[in-house]
Amino acid sequence: MLDFVQQVVSGIALGCVYGLIALGFVLVYKATEVVNFAQGDLMMLGGFFAFTFIGILGLNYWIGFACAVAAMAAFGMLAERLVVRPILGYPQFSIIMATIGLGYFLRSVAGMIWGTDDFKIETPFSQGVLRIGALVLAYDKLSVIAATVILCAVLYLFFNKTTLGTAMRASSENMLAAYYMGIPVKRVVSIVWAISAAVATCAGILLAPITFIHSNVGLVLGLKAFPAAVLGGFGSIPGAVVGGVLIGVIESMAGFYLPEGWKDVAPYIVLLLVLLLKPEGLFGLAARKKV
Amino acid sequence: MRFLFKTDYDDDIRLLPHSGYVFSYGTLLVLLLIAPYVLSSYLMSQLVFVCIYATVGVALLILTGFTGQASLGHAAFLAIGAYTATYLQQFGVPFVVYFLAAGLFAGIVGAIVGFPALRLQGIYLVIATISFAFIVEEILARWESVTHGNEGMRVKTLQLFGAAVPRDSPAFFFLCLAVLILTIVGTLNLLRSPTGRAFVAIRDSETAARSMGINVSLYKVKSFAISAGITGLAGCLFAHKLSFISPEMFTLQLSIEFIIVILIGGTFSLHGAVLGAIFIVMIDPFLTYLKDDVPGMIGSLATAFSMGSERAGHIQDSVAAFASANGLKGAIYGVIIVLFVLFEPLGLYGRWLKIKLFFQLFPLYKRATFKRQKLYVKSERNR
Repeated sequence: MLDFVQQVVSGIALGCVYGLIALGFVLVYKATEVVNFAQGDLMMLGGFFAFTFIGILGLNYWIGFACAVAAMAAFGMLAERLVVRPILGYPQFSIIMATIGLGYFLRSVAGMIWGTDDFKIETPFSQGVLRIGALVLAYDKLSVIAATVILCAVLYLFFNKTTLGTAMRASSENMLAAYYMGIPVKRVVSIVWAISAAVATCAGILLAPITFIHSNVGLVLGLKAFPAAVLGGFGSIPGAVVGGVLIGVIESMAGFYLPEGWKDVAPYIVLLLVLLLKPEGLFGLAARKKV
Repeated sequence: MRFLFKTDYDDDIRLLPHSGYVFSYGTLLVLLLIAPYVLSSYLMSQLVFVCIYATVGVALLILTGFTGQASLGHAAFLAIGAYTATYLQQFGVPFVVYFLAAGLFAGIVGAIVGFPALRLQGIYLVIATISFAFIVEEILARWESVTHGNEGMRVKTLQLFGAAVPRDSPAFFFLCLAVLILTIVGTLNLLRSPTGRAFVAIRDSETAARSMGINVSLYKVKSFAISAGITGLAGCLFAHKLSFISPEMFTLQLSIEFIIVILIGGTFSLHGAVLGAIFIVMIDPFLTYLKDDVPGMIGSLATAFSMGSERAGHIQDSVAAFASANGLKGAIYGVIIVLFVLFEPLGLYGRWLKIKLFFQLFPLYKRATFKRQKLYVKSERNR
């Protein structure tokens, strides 16, 4: 029984990581209906920025954290301006390809600049464990869970309660109509990319003590975060986190109870099953086009 | 400019509309037939890869370009074809049989994948195909009694009608070329048949297609099966060309490369698959060239501009270091994809058409002829 609980908890921690990355996907999708395949790579880049600020320049952890988030938010805006804005309004597939290209580019450039070794950031959460009875929880995993819950709540409130959030949802539904309503659609899209890059950076930094940072981490985790976002129904913020946690728990259960090899495919099998039964994901909106 | 006067439907769907086509494609064919006796063995090997990639490109065009169903899982179909062929070859099955079996089996798997894909749209379909490819890759790595797992499998030399066809012989190139040409001709025929017309109708508007009486589900599954089948055939040739296959060859990276093939070539015409394949396969020789020759060239340029030999040497070294940097290939891939999506969405073939039209209409060419339409209004979520 204890094994089971321990597996569930570590699955949740892992799942929160996926959820954090998936949050980034969902944000961009919700606001612009663009699927950003480079999200994992933005996370990787955020991790490297933080490593540069904290590990190389020797800043305080929290100051380095803030600097990295700010720098990545600016980078997100830049990427949006250069790559996404010119093709906004074209078929989804071309945008997907453009972001895949962006991901390739970021991965190689990060590899060229920082090399292909694993890097580690010293964080206040790196050491120590919390013991509840016989249950052992490492602080680094707890920090991921806490950050996910906080970010998710803040973003949910932001999207549903603030004017800017409503503007974002409106421009996702129908850009032209939103523009006619006086919403500065281009600026909204820029802001969304900045937020999603910032969320990705948070994920990257919190992840640093667990998985280390290397130039391919974005690809590996990004591909796990995708099923998470889809499972939750692309476009639902709580859905992304729930999907991430589900994927994380499934993965750690499969790794513990099933023979070797199932761990990596189990999330995808579950994903395919869910898509078969409920093509819009668990929390997605089932909408049909009216002719 | 030539104006074709068409009097009936047969004129309109003719594969070779006028004598110019016969001449240009005939010339191309003759050049390809003498190529093995003229080009170096390295270039020939690359040409074989062009044929294989182009075959997969044509398959992907049927699904993505003409039916409008995106797939990032075609490496899995290639793998299924390659493994089926290699597995059957062990038991002494003749080439013709296992070649067709590879295509057939991949096609059946494609149809099976097509069924769940019926309900999926856009991004969900992309994710589903990626998931499928991951699962296939994992099965190949784990099902050791058949696939030998991560150790991989050796592929024996191809035996065709009692004669050995080594993978670097001209005969193997002709075989790949023949498969490519047959695939292209077959696909052209398919596209002018009712089935092909139905595919295009589904791509343009599913609702409209359905209201015209097209069985959308049936044709989507058909499209998946045909596309996967052709990819399976290419997989058989791919296995023979590499003479060794293992699961880590058929990753997402390869699927993305196939998408890049049609994206760079142009997704609206079969020419695109061939042009894109040439482009993708020739990137490697180009990078080697960049690594070996360009630094020296820049160094001598710097010397010529009287910069002093020490500084010129320094520049040469830094250019060499840049050109041989580890991730350069990935970065170039990335930049190429982004640039094509942004500036040349119709691909290389689109560029060729634009240049041709420019000279045909000179001086009356206008850019707007090829302008894409932006759709700010339509949300793909509600389609």
